[in-house]
Amino acid sequence: MKELSLNILDIAENSTKAKAELINIEIIENSDTLIIKISDNGIGMNAETLLSVTDPFYTTRTTRKVGMGIPLFRFAAEQTGGNLTISSRHIDEHPTNHGTIVSATFNKNHIDFTPLGDIVSTLVTMIQGHPMTDYVFTHRIGDGLISLDTREMRAVLDGLPLDTYEVLCWVKENLTEQYKAL
Amino acid sequence: MKSLAELQAIKDRMKSKIVLREGSGDIRVVVGMATCGIAAGARPVLNAFVEEVNNLGLNDTVTVSQTGCVGYCQLEPIVEIYEAGKEKITYIHMTADKAKEVVEKHLKGGNIVSEYTLTDAE
Repeated sequence: MKELSLNILDIAENSTKAKAELINIEIIENSDTLIIKISDNGIGMNAETLLSVTDPFYTTRTTRKVGMGIPLFRFAAEQTGGNLTISSRHIDEHPTNHGTIVSATFNKNHIDFTPLGDIVSTLVTMIQGHPMTDYVFTHRIGDGLISLDTREMRAVLDGLPLDTYEVLCWVKENLTEQYKAL
Repeated sequence: MKSLAELQAIKDRMKSKIVLREGSGDIRVVVGMATCGIAAGARPVLNAFVEEVNNLGLNDTVTVSQTGCVGYCQLEPIVEIYEAGKEKITYIHMTADKAKEVVEKHLKGGNIVSEYTLTDAE
Protein backbone atom coordinates (compact mmCIF):
# COMPACT_ATOMS: atom_id res chain seq x y z
CA MET A 1 0.00 0.00 0.00
CA LYS A 2 1.32 3.45 -0.93
CA GLU A 3 -0.47 5.24 1.91
CA LEU A 4 -1.42 4.19 5.44
CA SER A 5 -4.86 5.67 4.75
CA LEU A 6 -5.33 2.85 2.21
CA ASN A 7 -4.51 0.30 4.91
CA ILE A 8 -7.09 2.01 7.13
CA LEU A 9 -9.71 1.71 4.38
CA ASP A 10 -8.84 -1.97 4.00
CA ILE A 11 -8.87 -2.78 7.74
CA ALA A 12 -12.15 -0.91 8.30
CA GLU A 13 -13.67 -3.12 5.60
CA ASN A 14 -13.09 -6.09 7.94
CA SER A 15 -15.13 -4.27 10.59
CA THR A 16 -18.13 -3.86 8.30
CA LYS A 17 -17.82 -7.53 7.29
CA ALA A 18 -17.96 -8.33 11.02
CA LYS A 19 -21.29 -6.45 11.10
CA ALA A 20 -19.94 -3.54 13.12
CA GLU A 21 -22.45 -0.77 13.71
CA LEU A 22 -19.80 1.62 14.94
CA ILE A 23 -16.20 1.94 13.79
CA ASN A 24 -13.82 4.15 15.68
CA ILE A 25 -10.74 5.40 13.82
CA GLU A 26 -8.24 7.15 16.01
CA ILE A 27 -4.95 8.63 14.86
CA ILE A 28 -2.55 10.04 17.41
CA GLU A 29 0.49 11.79 16.07
CA ASN A 30 3.46 13.65 17.48
CA SER A 31 6.80 14.56 15.93
CA ASP A 32 8.19 11.01 16.25
CA THR A 33 5.29 8.60 16.41
CA LEU A 34 2.06 7.88 14.59
CA ILE A 35 -0.50 5.56 16.17
CA ILE A 36 -3.49 4.25 14.25
CA LYS A 37 -6.21 2.51 16.24
CA ILE A 38 -9.27 1.00 14.57
CA SER A 39 -11.86 -0.44 16.91
CA ASP A 40 -15.32 -1.77 16.19
CA ASN A 41 -18.32 -3.39 17.85
CA GLY A 42 -18.57 -6.20 15.29
CA ILE A 43 -18.94 -9.90 16.07
CA GLY A 44 -15.23 -10.25 16.92
CA MET A 45 -12.98 -13.25 16.44
CA ASN A 46 -12.21 -16.37 18.43
CA ALA A 47 -8.64 -17.20 19.48
CA GLU A 48 -7.88 -19.37 16.43
CA THR A 49 -9.06 -16.82 13.90
CA LEU A 50 -7.18 -14.10 15.73
CA LEU A 51 -3.91 -16.03 15.33
CA SER A 52 -4.53 -16.70 11.66
CA VAL A 53 -5.22 -13.06 10.76
CA THR A 54 -1.95 -11.78 12.22
CA ASP A 55 0.13 -14.48 10.55
CA PRO A 56 -1.12 -15.50 7.09
CA PHE A 57 1.07 -18.62 7.24
CA TYR A 58 -0.09 -19.80 10.63
CA THR A 59 -2.81 -22.04 9.28
CA THR A 60 -2.44 -24.99 6.93
CA ARG A 61 -6.08 -24.82 5.92
CA THR A 62 -6.53 -24.39 2.17
CA THR A 63 -9.82 -22.56 2.57
CA ARG A 64 -8.39 -19.58 4.35
CA LYS A 65 -11.09 -17.07 5.19
CA VAL A 66 -8.75 -14.21 6.00
CA GLY A 67 -6.76 -12.11 3.61
CA MET A 68 -3.54 -10.15 3.49
CA GLY A 69 -4.92 -6.93 4.95
CA ILE A 70 -3.68 -7.27 8.53
CA PRO A 71 -0.28 -8.77 7.56
CA LEU A 72 0.33 -5.86 5.15
CA PHE A 73 -0.61 -3.33 7.83
CA ARG A 74 1.60 -5.10 10.35
CA PHE A 75 4.51 -5.12 7.91
CA ALA A 76 4.10 -1.37 7.30
CA ALA A 77 4.38 -0.79 11.06
CA GLU A 78 7.23 -3.24 11.71
CA GLN A 79 9.40 -1.94 8.89
CA THR A 80 9.58 1.38 10.81
CA GLY A 81 10.52 -0.41 14.04
CA GLY A 82 6.92 -0.14 15.23
CA ASN A 83 4.37 -2.86 15.84
CA LEU A 84 0.79 -3.97 15.42
CA THR A 85 -1.42 -5.43 18.10
CA ILE A 86 -4.85 -6.90 17.66
CA SER A 87 -7.33 -8.01 20.27
CA SER A 88 -10.84 -9.29 19.87
CA ARG A 89 -13.84 -10.42 21.87
CA HIS A 90 -16.10 -12.84 20.03
CA ILE A 91 -19.85 -12.43 20.33
CA ASP A 92 -20.23 -16.06 21.49
CA GLU A 93 -18.07 -15.49 24.55
CA HIS A 94 -18.94 -11.82 25.06
CA PRO A 95 -22.57 -11.38 24.01
CA THR A 96 -22.83 -7.76 25.10
CA ASN A 97 -19.30 -6.42 24.80
CA HIS A 98 -17.78 -7.75 21.58
CA GLY A 99 -15.60 -6.33 18.85
CA THR A 100 -12.07 -5.98 17.58
CA ILE A 101 -9.28 -3.48 18.18
CA VAL A 102 -6.38 -3.13 15.76
CA SER A 103 -3.64 -0.79 16.87
CA ALA A 104 -0.48 0.02 14.91
CA THR A 105 2.45 2.18 15.96
CA PHE A 106 4.85 3.74 13.46
CA ASN A 107 8.14 5.56 13.83
CA LYS A 108 7.58 8.55 11.55
CA ASN A 109 11.24 9.37 11.12
CA HIS A 110 12.21 5.92 9.90
CA ILE A 111 13.21 5.82 6.23
CA ASP A 112 10.62 3.10 5.56
CA PHE A 113 7.71 5.04 7.06
CA THR A 114 4.72 5.08 4.71
CA PRO A 115 2.93 8.45 4.72
CA LEU A 116 -0.63 8.63 6.00
CA GLY A 117 -1.78 10.02 2.64
CA ASP A 118 -5.31 11.06 1.78
CA ILE A 119 -7.22 10.12 4.94
CA VAL A 120 -10.13 12.39 3.94
CA SER A 121 -10.63 10.35 0.80
CA THR A 122 -10.55 7.15 2.85
CA LEU A 123 -13.30 8.42 5.17
CA VAL A 124 -15.48 9.58 2.27
CA THR A 125 -14.99 6.18 0.61
CA MET A 126 -15.93 4.29 3.79
CA ILE A 127 -19.10 6.33 4.26
CA GLN A 128 -20.02 5.95 0.58
CA GLY A 129 -19.55 2.18 0.75
CA HIS A 130 -21.30 1.57 4.05
CA PRO A 131 -23.66 4.46 4.77
CA MET A 132 -25.54 2.49 7.44
CA THR A 133 -22.41 2.10 9.58
CA ASP A 134 -21.43 4.84 12.00
CA TYR A 135 -17.90 6.22 12.10
CA VAL A 136 -16.12 8.21 14.76
CA PHE A 137 -12.88 9.68 13.46
CA THR A 138 -10.35 11.58 15.54
CA HIS A 139 -6.90 12.70 14.50
CA ARG A 140 -4.75 14.31 17.17
CA ILE A 141 -1.67 16.11 15.88
CA GLY A 142 0.22 17.53 18.83
CA ASP A 143 -2.37 19.76 20.50
CA GLY A 144 -4.61 19.91 17.44
CA LEU A 145 -7.70 17.79 16.89
CA ILE A 146 -9.61 16.87 13.75
CA SER A 147 -12.83 14.97 14.26
CA LEU A 148 -15.94 13.63 12.58
CA ASP A 149 -18.84 11.71 14.11
CA THR A 150 -21.45 10.35 11.70
CA ARG A 151 -23.90 9.90 14.60
CA GLU A 152 -24.03 13.69 14.96
CA MET A 153 -24.51 14.00 11.20
CA ARG A 154 -27.30 11.41 11.23
CA ALA A 155 -29.15 13.36 13.93
CA VAL A 156 -29.15 16.44 11.68
CA LEU A 157 -29.88 14.58 8.45
CA ASP A 158 -33.07 13.01 9.80
CA GLY A 159 -33.22 10.03 7.44
CA LEU A 160 -31.33 11.51 4.50
CA PRO A 161 -28.75 8.81 3.69
CA LEU A 162 -25.09 9.50 4.46
CA ASP A 163 -24.11 8.46 0.93
CA THR A 164 -26.09 11.31 -0.63
CA TYR A 165 -23.59 13.06 -2.90
CA GLU A 166 -24.02 16.47 -1.27
CA VAL A 167 -23.46 14.91 2.16
CA LEU A 168 -20.26 13.18 0.97
CA CYS A 169 -19.06 16.54 -0.38
CA TRP A 170 -19.83 18.11 3.00
CA VAL A 171 -17.72 15.45 4.74
CA LYS A 172 -14.83 16.06 2.37
CA GLU A 173 -14.98 19.86 2.72
CA ASN A 174 -15.55 19.76 6.48
CA LEU A 175 -12.48 17.58 7.08
CA THR A 176 -10.34 19.44 4.54
CA GLU A 177 -11.13 22.72 6.29
CA GLN A 178 -10.31 21.22 9.68
CA TYR A 179 -6.89 20.11 8.39
CA LYS A 180 -6.24 23.53 6.84
CA ALA A 181 -7.14 25.27 10.11
CA LEU A 182 -4.50 23.32 12.06
CA MET B 1 -16.38 26.29 8.03
CA LYS B 2 -18.62 23.48 6.78
CA SER B 3 -20.69 23.29 9.93
CA LEU B 4 -23.56 21.08 11.01
CA ALA B 5 -25.83 24.04 10.20
CA GLU B 6 -24.72 23.71 6.61
CA LEU B 7 -25.50 20.01 6.76
CA GLN B 8 -28.97 20.94 7.97
CA ALA B 9 -29.38 23.15 4.89
CA ILE B 10 -28.35 20.22 2.66
CA LYS B 11 -30.95 18.07 4.37
CA ASP B 12 -33.67 20.65 3.81
CA ARG B 13 -32.72 20.95 0.14
CA MET B 14 -32.47 17.22 -0.50
CA LYS B 15 -35.33 15.86 1.56
CA SER B 16 -37.88 16.54 -1.18
CA LYS B 17 -35.83 14.65 -3.77
CA ILE B 18 -35.55 11.44 -1.77
CA VAL B 19 -38.84 9.96 -2.88
CA LEU B 20 -37.89 10.40 -6.52
CA ARG B 21 -34.59 8.60 -6.04
CA GLU B 22 -35.95 5.47 -4.45
CA GLY B 23 -36.53 2.62 -6.85
CA SER B 24 -34.23 4.16 -9.41
CA GLY B 25 -30.78 2.96 -10.38
CA ASP B 26 -31.18 1.27 -13.74
CA ILE B 27 -27.41 1.05 -14.08
CA ARG B 28 -25.20 -0.30 -11.31
CA VAL B 29 -21.48 0.49 -11.17
CA VAL B 30 -19.61 -1.89 -8.84
CA VAL B 31 -16.01 -1.18 -7.87
CA GLY B 32 -13.82 -3.92 -6.34
CA MET B 33 -12.60 -2.61 -2.98
CA ALA B 34 -10.87 -5.61 -1.39
CA THR B 35 -7.19 -5.47 -0.35
CA CYS B 36 -6.10 -6.20 -3.94
CA GLY B 37 -8.33 -3.48 -5.43
CA ILE B 38 -7.39 -0.85 -2.84
CA ALA B 39 -3.66 -1.56 -3.27
CA ALA B 40 -4.02 -1.25 -7.06
CA GLY B 41 -5.73 2.15 -6.85
CA ALA B 42 -9.47 1.50 -6.49
CA ARG B 43 -10.10 4.39 -4.08
CA PRO B 44 -9.58 7.22 -6.61
CA VAL B 45 -11.45 5.15 -9.23
CA LEU B 46 -14.49 4.84 -6.96
CA ASN B 47 -14.43 8.52 -6.06
CA ALA B 48 -14.09 9.52 -9.72
CA PHE B 49 -17.22 7.47 -10.55
CA VAL B 50 -19.17 9.00 -7.65
CA GLU B 51 -18.14 12.54 -8.63
CA GLU B 52 -18.56 12.25 -12.37
CA VAL B 53 -21.94 10.47 -12.17
CA ASN B 54 -23.13 13.40 -10.10
CA ASN B 55 -21.45 16.05 -12.27
CA LEU B 56 -23.17 14.71 -15.38
CA GLY B 57 -26.51 14.51 -13.55
CA LEU B 58 -26.78 10.74 -13.85
CA ASN B 59 -27.46 9.98 -10.19
CA ASP B 60 -31.11 9.19 -10.76
CA THR B 61 -30.25 6.28 -13.06
CA VAL B 62 -26.78 5.21 -11.92
CA THR B 63 -25.81 3.86 -8.51
CA VAL B 64 -22.17 3.37 -7.56
CA SER B 65 -21.35 0.68 -5.02
CA GLN B 66 -18.39 -1.25 -3.62
CA THR B 67 -17.68 -4.96 -3.53
CA GLY B 68 -14.96 -7.38 -2.42
CA CYS B 69 -12.48 -9.40 -4.45
CA VAL B 70 -13.85 -10.84 -7.70
CA GLY B 71 -10.88 -13.17 -8.17
CA TYR B 72 -8.77 -11.41 -10.81
CA CYS B 73 -6.48 -9.52 -8.45
CA GLN B 74 -3.87 -8.90 -11.17
CA LEU B 75 -6.44 -6.98 -13.25
CA GLU B 76 -7.49 -4.59 -10.46
CA PRO B 77 -8.84 -1.98 -10.18
CA ILE B 78 -11.87 -3.75 -11.67
CA VAL B 79 -15.22 -2.09 -12.30
CA GLU B 80 -18.35 -3.97 -13.32
CA ILE B 81 -21.32 -2.31 -14.98
CA TYR B 82 -24.70 -3.97 -14.61
CA GLU B 83 -27.59 -2.77 -16.71
CA ALA B 84 -31.02 -4.38 -16.85
CA GLY B 85 -31.44 -6.53 -19.95
CA LYS B 86 -27.78 -6.21 -20.98
CA GLU B 87 -24.68 -8.28 -20.50
CA LYS B 88 -22.35 -7.33 -17.65
CA ILE B 89 -19.42 -5.18 -18.76
CA THR B 90 -16.12 -5.56 -16.87
CA TYR B 91 -13.54 -2.79 -17.02
CA ILE B 92 -10.02 -3.62 -15.85
CA HIS B 93 -6.85 -1.73 -14.83
CA MET B 94 -8.98 1.32 -14.18
CA THR B 95 -7.77 4.78 -13.23
CA ALA B 96 -9.66 7.93 -12.20
CA ASP B 97 -9.25 9.35 -15.73
CA LYS B 98 -10.53 6.16 -17.36
CA ALA B 99 -13.43 6.20 -14.90
CA LYS B 100 -14.46 9.69 -16.03
CA GLU B 101 -14.24 8.57 -19.65
CA VAL B 102 -16.45 5.54 -18.93
CA VAL B 103 -19.06 7.73 -17.20
CA GLU B 104 -19.12 10.14 -20.15
CA LYS B 105 -19.05 7.62 -23.02
CA HIS B 106 -20.68 4.51 -21.57
CA LEU B 107 -23.02 5.56 -18.77
CA LYS B 108 -24.13 8.79 -20.42
CA GLY B 109 -23.55 8.07 -24.11
CA GLY B 110 -24.37 4.36 -24.13
CA ASN B 111 -21.13 3.38 -25.87
CA ILE B 112 -18.90 0.78 -24.22
CA VAL B 113 -15.26 1.87 -24.00
CA SER B 114 -14.00 -1.45 -25.33
CA GLU B 115 -10.28 -0.70 -25.02
CA TYR B 116 -10.63 -0.95 -21.22
CA THR B 117 -12.84 -4.02 -21.02
CA LEU B 118 -11.83 -7.49 -19.91
CA THR B 119 -12.57 -9.23 -23.21
CA ASP B 120 -10.32 -7.03 -25.33
CA ALA B 121 -7.38 -7.30 -22.97
CA GLU B 122 -7.38 -11.08 -22.89
